[in-house]
Amino acid sequence: MNNLSPKNNMFSSPEARLAVIAIVVFITMAALSPERFLSPQNMTSMAFQFPEFAILALAMTITMLTGGIDLSVVGISNLSAVIGATILTQFAGPDIAGIEMAMWIGIAIAISISVGMLAGLFNGIIIAIFGLPPILATLGSGLVFTGLAVALTGGSAVLGLPSGVAWLGNETVFGVPVPVILFAILALGLSFLLARTSFGLKIQMYGTNPLAAQFAALDVNRLLMKVYMVSGVYSAIAGMVIMSRANSAKADYGSSYLLLAVLIAVLGGINPYGGYGRIIGVVLAVLSMQFLSSGLNMLQVSNFSRELIWGMLLIFVMIVNTQKGFKLNLGKTPQTKSGK
Amino acid sequence: MKKLFSKSFWIRNETLVAIVIIAFIIIASISDPRFLSMPTLTDLLRGGIVLGIFAVGVMVVLISGGIDVSFTAVAVFAMYTTTLFLVTFVPELSWYWAFGISMLIGAALGAINGIFIAWFGLPTLIVTLGTLSIYRGFLLTFVGSKLISNLPPDMRDFSRLMMFRNTNADGSFYSLPWAFAALVIVVIITWFILYRTTLGRSIFAIGGSIESARRIGINVRATQFFVYVYVGTLAGLAGIIYASMSRVANPFDLVGLELSVIAAVVLGGARLIGGYGTLTGTLLGVALIVIVRNSLIVIGIPSTWQSVAIGVLILVGTGLPAWQAKRAAARAS
Repeated sequence: MNNLSPKNNMFSSPEARLAVIAIVVFITMAALSPERFLSPQNMTSMAFQFPEFAILALAMTITMLTGGIDLSVVGISNLSAVIGATILTQFAGPDIAGIEMAMWIGIAIAISISVGMLAGLFNGIIIAIFGLPPILATLGSGLVFTGLAVALTGGSAVLGLPSGVAWLGNETVFGVPVPVILFAILALGLSFLLARTSFGLKIQMYGTNPLAAQFAALDVNRLLMKVYMVSGVYSAIAGMVIMSRANSAKADYGSSYLLLAVLIAVLGGINPYGGYGRIIGVVLAVLSMQFLSSGLNMLQVSNFSRELIWGMLLIFVMIVNTQKGFKLNLGKTPQTKSGK
Repeated sequence: MKKLFSKSFWIRNETLVAIVIIAFIIIASISDPRFLSMPTLTDLLRGGIVLGIFAVGVMVVLISGGIDVSFTAVAVFAMYTTTLFLVTFVPELSWYWAFGISMLIGAALGAINGIFIAWFGLPTLIVTLGTLSIYRGFLLTFVGSKLISNLPPDMRDFSRLMMFRNTNADGSFYSLPWAFAALVIVVIITWFILYRTTLGRSIFAIGGSIESARRIGINVRATQFFVYVYVGTLAGLAGIIYASMSRVANPFDLVGLELSVIAAVVLGGARLIGGYGTLTGTLLGVALIVIVRNSLIVIGIPSTWQSVAIGVLILVGTGLPAWQAKRAAARAS
């Protein structure tokens, strides 16, 4: 499965190196400001912050494993959140309670996730059937999804959601924040899907060599459609978390999450040319990023320097990975696989 | 000219985009006769200056087989640093010095991209994604995050230099700033580099096939390095023009524009896999994006549908050629 990371050395796999990075960052931050970084408040606030972009990173990951990319993840999550929120405000309103509220929230979530699935299917169709390069297909469809959300709302936020919506993003179950539980389920689910099902195996085959996969009688079109549908569903779930945490929905929420999601996936050792990647890497990348940004926050470093440090971390990890791990084709965009 | 009506002419992106633009103009001038006028044209040209310079740079990167998403950060970095430097130390310096400094900073940042891409062999999307956050983060953390509204007087004067200015019969006023000449010069220089120098042929060659290019003796590293320095320089230029035209240097501007610029270039027919792209197509793509941004309302589509329209254009504009290529490949096998 991970034929590109021989197990001869403890640090030969990107995941092992990432684990080291995550631990080093954690220890450094804890040493620099122990009373604040290790405080329960900080732990809780970190736990509530990361799931929304981490779920988007998972959505990005599965498409990258096929050698594609999904630039529409944020568009899908906002569109589905806007539709869900509109249903809730139109039919339920803020004063609703009890069983009725649970029912409407359930309906809204189900519709939002279906919207995400349809949006993903749309991506899959234009990529698989019409043969658009994924980067362009999802760039265009991302604009369409965001644009639909703008057109539906006129560009303003959808406010006045029932009180129950806040549960998903702000409550804890047995002391564990709900969004973390959700992220854990989604990460484990995706990990299972990739490592233990034929669907996962086919994704890796296609990502490693699309032509060979086609000659091996793989139904490539079906596979791609499914992959982008999973990505769409995950994006919609991230949209639900964002809606719950913001207690509203808007067409341009989380626009900085798009590049962040790509960054996390690549940092997590996902080969942007497809074929190699493990979910544990993405989880470790998410944790490193969150430790780093919270720690810097504690140290009173400005918000903007986070961006700076994330960028440096990304390039640093890429240099280490390229020199030691998989050799990448010189300066080619992810669509070309001549180097494989 | 004899190829004008051949089949390949009609399926080219340039033709498709031109047809969409003409159709748009016809519909717009039917629904509002005032649309077809000099003020509309000058607004369009003015709106295309910064976008156009960016797009030309992006086109060169796409031809070389790479992609650059960091150019907006380069532009805002160069623009803001230059303005801050001038305002703090030498506010009386001429505008061309400002332009020179900004382009130099742009070139230097482009060179950093170039080193990572050409010498470390990292994927272009990842490098430029990383440097996008690095440049912007560095700018906002260490250089400054405050708006500069008292630009050096000479930069403000530059934005008032008009190629012509005129008043319509109905009293409306239109003009075209000299900044537009910068776009024309950039297009001419880029055309010269791409089609009249060995360097230009090398850029096309490494975009077509990096391995073949290497085997026929092209210095792939030097060529790639040049491409990213060139994009950086153009970004520096676009940034300083943007600041002098908007008469304010805002460190939060420009970043976020990168996907629209790439969209314009791709609409114009440049291919992401490299080796193909034309200046005509790129400029038409920019024109289409600017028209859709400024004048969608004239043909009766509310401006809230603007990004849906651009998205659909990208999907159709890249989908048709992709689908044709796919069908051709299916027939061939």
